Amino acid sequence: MADPILVTQGLCRSFGNFKAVDDVSLAVQRGSMTGLIGPNGAGKSTLFNLLTGALKPDVGAVQLDGQDITGLSPNKLFARGLGRTFQIPRPFARMSVLENVMLAPMGQVGETITGPFLFRGRMQAEESRIRDKALDVLDFVTLGALADHPAGQISGGQMKLLELARVLMGDPQLILLDEPAAGVNPVLTATLIGKIEELNRQGTTFVIIEHDMDFVMQHCDPVIALAEGRVIFEGTSAEALANPTLLDAYLGAPMDG
Amino acid sequence: MIGIFSYLIFFATTASILAIAVLGLNLQWGNTGLFNGGVVAFFGAGAYATLILGGTAQAGHLGGFGLFYPLALLGGMAAAGLMAWIVGLLTLRLRHDYLAIATFGVAVAFENLMRNAEWLAGGAKGVRGFERPLRAALGDGFAYNLLFFAGVLLILIATYLFLERLVASPFGRLLRAIREDEAAAASLGKSPSKVRLTAFVTGSVILGLAGGLYGTFYAFVSPQDVLPTLTFQIWAMLIVGGAGNNRGAIFGAFLIWGAWTLSGWALSRFAPVDVQLYTGSFQFILIGSVIVGMLMWRPQGLLPERLVVSQRGKPQSTQQGE
Repeated sequence: MADPILVTQGLCRSFGNFKAVDDVSLAVQRGSMTGLIGPNGAGKSTLFNLLTGALKPDVGAVQLDGQDITGLSPNKLFARGLGRTFQIPRPFARMSVLENVMLAPMGQVGETITGPFLFRGRMQAEESRIRDKALDVLDFVTLGALADHPAGQISGGQMKLLELARVLMGDPQLILLDEPAAGVNPVLTATLIGKIEELNRQGTTFVIIEHDMDFVMQHCDPVIALAEGRVIFEGTSAEALANPTLLDAYLGAPMDG
Repeated sequence: MIGIFSYLIFFATTASILAIAVLGLNLQWGNTGLFNGGVVAFFGAGAYATLILGGTAQAGHLGGFGLFYPLALLGGMAAAGLMAWIVGLLTLRLRHDYLAIATFGVAVAFENLMRNAEWLAGGAKGVRGFERPLRAALGDGFAYNLLFFAGVLLILIATYLFLERLVASPFGRLLRAIREDEAAAASLGKSPSKVRLTAFVTGSVILGLAGGLYGTFYAFVSPQDVLPTLTFQIWAMLIVGGAGNNRGAIFGAFLIWGAWTLSGWALSRFAPVDVQLYTGSFQFILIGSVIVGMLMWRPQGLLPERLVVSQRGKPQSTQQGE
């Protein structure tokens, strides 16, 4: 039954004397939509950065699909099938929406300085393949009509959809979403979560970091809760709702946003 | 009449050489967002190396290799590229203004080295004794200058076409992504440091090419040719023309060089004699004001960057390459 795609063992990361992530061991099951919750300052973002390679752990290990990925840089993790989005969207603003998405496939023939001159035919064939796939992916995330728009001029919610589209170009097996619902209007949030659930049914595993507890309880199962850098709960969302420790952590801690 | 035409050829040759340099900087700044504050060092490396490799033996400093001219010019480009590679490995972790300060320092160090190391490149006297290619066969006349201009123009066009193809390719897309957001590019499997280094070296090789042609044109290079002024002039050309747009870079080079030349002429012709002593200073004020004015009122330049470069969406789905 248990078939973890992502496993952490004893992850620790401190900033000075502050232990942001303190001995975190958890497992994300393949095909699941795992929610990672916790009050502000619980260590969610630090943990997220440790999983995506933006930060390196002081101690501990991370395994993806049974292989050690501890301390690998973000660009290598994408090649291993781990995609991520950002809490505050990071589009390539002065590039078109289509170009944002076409960037993502790895190892493109035309991506080196000599490729566009030495392998022109192969490059053009590949470009047309990548463009077709990119347009399909943009249609899937409902951004098809915006393909030629500057990515810096679409709405915040559309940027989140664009980030999902970029990640999908790499056919990742695991996608980490950093607060997908934050600052997005409800209609686009519904679109986004609809697409995520559709991908999840097709087999992509998701880890969703979310501050909004209602959102997590509604869409994620299982749920992992962090407080003060430690895992305080791991279980189904139904169990989470009935768990007094978890509610204490949320209600007891100051919430500022 | 032939005098004016002759002067126009002289002007266009210099402007075309500078346009090649602006194209090199455009690859670094316009496309990749690398703030090279030491443009003149790479330009100068190209000029010095070309003259040393292609020139006759000079007493007291390195030189006299007498290489076949195209090889000397390639050597100039390689010298600029090698310097960029070393500087790049040391500084490319730096961002924006820090990279600008570090590269500016490199350029000042380069000028000081050239001024003081007489054994290397003649010190303050510079490198002389260079025979311009084909000059022995064609003489010094108008025909030679015209031919030289034609050669420079061809190289400018070739550089432009090379860069246009490059920026319209997936590699160009990658450069712009690094410029826009490195962390996002890294999260999509790209290696920012590798891309930055490639763009920095390639742009510097083009700067070295321009420098090599500049040295060839005057058959002479000295520390006076590698002063920070030239860095600012080349930057002004890019900012006015339009960073991120190769046509803008060329347009800016001709426009700013024209304004620089005209202002010098006008000051020497119409200004009172005691003011004429400060012609150079007035020109610096002028070029500084142009940069500041452009950044305030039209930061995208006269010919702004085109947004869709490599691929368009559905309506033009039959279109390829452009």
